[in-house]
Amino acid sequence: MNTRFSRRSLIKSAGAATVMSALPMRFSWANNHPTKVGVILPTSGVLAFPGQASRRGVEFAGMINKERNGPAMELIYADTESKAENGRVAAEKLIREGCSVLIGCWDTGATISAAQACEAAKVPLVINIASAPQITEQGFTQIFRNFTPATQLVSNAVQRIRELAAKTDDPPKTATVLYVNDTFGQSALKAMQAEWAKQNLPIEILDTIGYDVRAKDLSVEVAKAKATGAELLLPITRVNDAIMIVREMVKQGYNPKAIIGPGSPGPYEKAFTDALGKYGDDYMVCVPWLNVKNPRAVELAKRFEAMDSKNRFELNVGFSYEAVDIVADALRRAKSNDAAAIHAALKTTDIKDHVMWGGPIQFNEKGQNPNIGVALLQNQNSEPTVVGPAEAAVAEVVYPMRPFNER
Amino acid sequence: MNNATTRMWGGLAIAFFAIMAFLPVVTSDSIIAVLTLIMMFAFFGQAWNLMMGYVGQLSLGHGLYIGLGAYACAVSVGTFGLSPWLGILIGAVISAVVGAFVAWLGFRFAVKGIYFTLLTIAVAELGRLSFENWSFVGGNAGYFLRVAQDTHPLLSLRGGTTFYYFCFLVLSILGFWGTALLIRSRLGYFWRAIREDEDAARAIGVRALRLKILAVMISAAMTSVGGSFYALLSGSLFPDTMMGMRFSIEIIIAPIIGGMGTLFGPIIGAFFVIPINEISNHAAQSMGIFGLNTLIYGVLILMVIVFLPDGIWPPVAKRIERWMKGGASS
Amino acid sequence: MYSLYANVIAGGVLIGIVYALIALGLTIMFGVMRVVNFAHGELVVLGMYIGYLLWLSLDITPVMAVPLSAIIMFCVGYVLQIGLINRFIRRPHHAQFILFIGLALIITGIHMLVFGPDARSIADPSSFETYEVFGLRLDAVRLYGAAVALVMIALLLLFLRYSSTGSAIRAAADNQTGAQAIGLRVNRLYAVTAGIGVACAGVAGTLISPIFDTQPYLAGELTLLAFIIVIIGGMGSLMGALVGGILIGVSESVAALLINPAMKAMFSYGLMILVLLLRPQGLFGVKQR
Repeated sequence: MNTRFSRRSLIKSAGAATVMSALPMRFSWANNHPTKVGVILPTSGVLAFPGQASRRGVEFAGMINKERNGPAMELIYADTESKAENGRVAAEKLIREGCSVLIGCWDTGATISAAQACEAAKVPLVINIASAPQITEQGFTQIFRNFTPATQLVSNAVQRIRELAAKTDDPPKTATVLYVNDTFGQSALKAMQAEWAKQNLPIEILDTIGYDVRAKDLSVEVAKAKATGAELLLPITRVNDAIMIVREMVKQGYNPKAIIGPGSPGPYEKAFTDALGKYGDDYMVCVPWLNVKNPRAVELAKRFEAMDSKNRFELNVGFSYEAVDIVADALRRAKSNDAAAIHAALKTTDIKDHVMWGGPIQFNEKGQNPNIGVALLQNQNSEPTVVGPAEAAVAEVVYPMRPFNER
Repeated sequence: MNNATTRMWGGLAIAFFAIMAFLPVVTSDSIIAVLTLIMMFAFFGQAWNLMMGYVGQLSLGHGLYIGLGAYACAVSVGTFGLSPWLGILIGAVISAVVGAFVAWLGFRFAVKGIYFTLLTIAVAELGRLSFENWSFVGGNAGYFLRVAQDTHPLLSLRGGTTFYYFCFLVLSILGFWGTALLIRSRLGYFWRAIREDEDAARAIGVRALRLKILAVMISAAMTSVGGSFYALLSGSLFPDTMMGMRFSIEIIIAPIIGGMGTLFGPIIGAFFVIPINEISNHAAQSMGIFGLNTLIYGVLILMVIVFLPDGIWPPVAKRIERWMKGGASS
Repeated sequence: MYSLYANVIAGGVLIGIVYALIALGLTIMFGVMRVVNFAHGELVVLGMYIGYLLWLSLDITPVMAVPLSAIIMFCVGYVLQIGLINRFIRRPHHAQFILFIGLALIITGIHMLVFGPDARSIADPSSFETYEVFGLRLDAVRLYGAAVALVMIALLLLFLRYSSTGSAIRAAADNQTGAQAIGLRVNRLYAVTAGIGVACAGVAGTLISPIFDTQPYLAGELTLLAFIIVIIGGMGSLMGALVGGILIGVSESVAALLINPAMKAMFSYGLMILVLLLRPQGLFGVKQR
């Protein structure tokens, strides 16, 4: 072997080896400052429950990241107060404070408005939760969405409904949709109607009833739904309205064969199960969920729930956790605090071991992760339980729904 | 006001605006963003002031014109690909027409005082609800402007923080200068006559109805222009934000505290109001203490209306005048 | 179909009675003092928070909390009138409006400061109950709310008609100078009136607290609701407030049923505009000369 072996190169490699062995997982780069990561969430107002849950997920991830000696991150939080236009305001403020990457914003409207600010400033935005399809259709180059678009949520939901109808000898033949009339609700409704027509389900949609996101009273809407006599209720809601809807259904004695939310927030959140107790059971929803077959994920979830009795490791927490993981992974590869470098690293993300169910985390040319799985959850004994598809299920689905007054 | 006083105030105004124009050179982006908001609220305050201070009609529905201007401009640019200048013009015309119609309805049917204010609220709410259910402008889901293309800022009216600061600074200067000209003109003279005693004014031949409607039209068009720029600045429009009662009330706080019916009042008021907002938001974000700005605005308004009904500026202005005069005569 | 409409209309009547109580407070203040309380919705929300707090700390249902709420809110109104509003009775209307806007902002600010902006709901088992009456399914909390509201309205009408203070108040409303001339202490009467008006708002709020979630931003909507009812019913008319409240309660529910639920408010605003233009004294008001 004719390797050029000089004293200098020996000292260099010895030095390098010493450094590497002394700091097994510590990463240092030019300026040695922790990266400022801005986090935009609706921690007050109408969307406070999921916003605060997301924030706890981010804080938990930050804590775990420190334990594993991940890249140093300084998490700076901004509250949109559940108002969509504050997404941009919050993003601009965080960028001015020196954040080189942002995480957010839970609500579709706020996410699009924040994305505009990020696009102008060329700062990457890792979207933890926001499902409207148009987010990836606006030509934004700085976004990385690690959440299912409504179209995918809905097509999965329709598949789960089809499987459910096939398994039972008493399938529902009619359905009614109750949807919240905002950016998210409208896009989910459109996606569902398109998917329904495409997959040619033998269930007829009798009516679609919209309501204002700030509605304080849904008695008329639920009465209308009950009057259609539909055997399947498909609510597209937030958490407060989901609680109101179930309460009205109990009061009005509306007992469909099943309630299945095709990709909407609400029933799996602690606020919902706490407020409704036994009346919240048997409600099904199709959303991405924790990978219950991944022991590390299950352990992290248990640890999170043990930290505070208010905690549940649901999808708000889970995806917020993953967003921080994605940022940490990109920082590890970018080795820099520069927004452009982080952006380049994010583009080539490929994380195989992560907490939510689905394939590896990757982003396509529009910034969308196409590999997220959608599970069918059902509230059983006030706990959201995975009941479908078969390869992820841990329990049997309860169908038809038990009437409210018999509980 | 004699000529010397006018010249003194004119000089002060020029000095003030010159300082404002120079500020971006020495301050950071965050402060420029706050100053932009101050200029915007000063401009909205001047527009509203025209109607309230000079014609004596309290409008709590000015958010309607902000929204009309905002949506007209945004839709012109976003959906129809027109120049934003054209969009601003379209918005101003639509707002002037709507304003004229509302004013005509009110004055024609002798809807006075609080009833007129309630009318303005109802019309604004109807506008908001209509837009919330109109899918062409995105409804409740919002209307989003696409990312700005790389054209010259003056053509596309999209730009950075400093750009919008100068937009609103120029608007404030034009608003100030325009209002000053108006109130010194015959039109302003007639307006004051109508405000003091409408019946007497009519008796001597002042066409009160037309002049009042004209005031509302000008006020609405001005507000609309501000709304158009706000839409371009913000990039995302929601009927609830643009036309809601919150915005309508927010834009009147500055002129009320500063001084209704004065030229400098809205500007001074805006300098009070916006920083309070920023501090309150900071308290909310970092300490979880909400509602500070709402509380402080309420207290300020209460103190002003009880103790200084003309606003903060008039007593200060008198002091300045006396000081300047005292200096000149000694 | 019948049961759907019947239930919806019944629900609208019940909530309409509570709305009528809110409007009553507003109309009394205007009828007697010519004062336009633009902070009325905020006072209703204050009543809601009182109901919520009492439920949270003492575990009493809002219906039980009504007497305490009434007393607290009466004092609030009395003090506000003596301390602040009395000075503004003779000021121009727009000055009054601005005063009340300031007051409204203060109250909302305090709510946000103390309770935060998130919605608070009263998760009582009674919120799931219903009663079957004549084949109609009536919501328990709405039924209780309407019943208590009716009692309050009846008490109020009796007070105004038969008690000496009540007669004095009506006299002052009809002819202020005359009332002063015969020695009525007008300022004290005004304070009592304001106390009653605010108490109506507060009690209505307490009754509403189990029906709608309590949050500071509900106030604006409630203020506008009260004004719509009072304009349509007639400023200063008690009958107008009652009829107007029920009318709005029912029309909102029916509009939600027939048209897009998201548009139900448009109907109320449209009606208010028509009344403002064509018959400003409302259904039962007296035409102002």
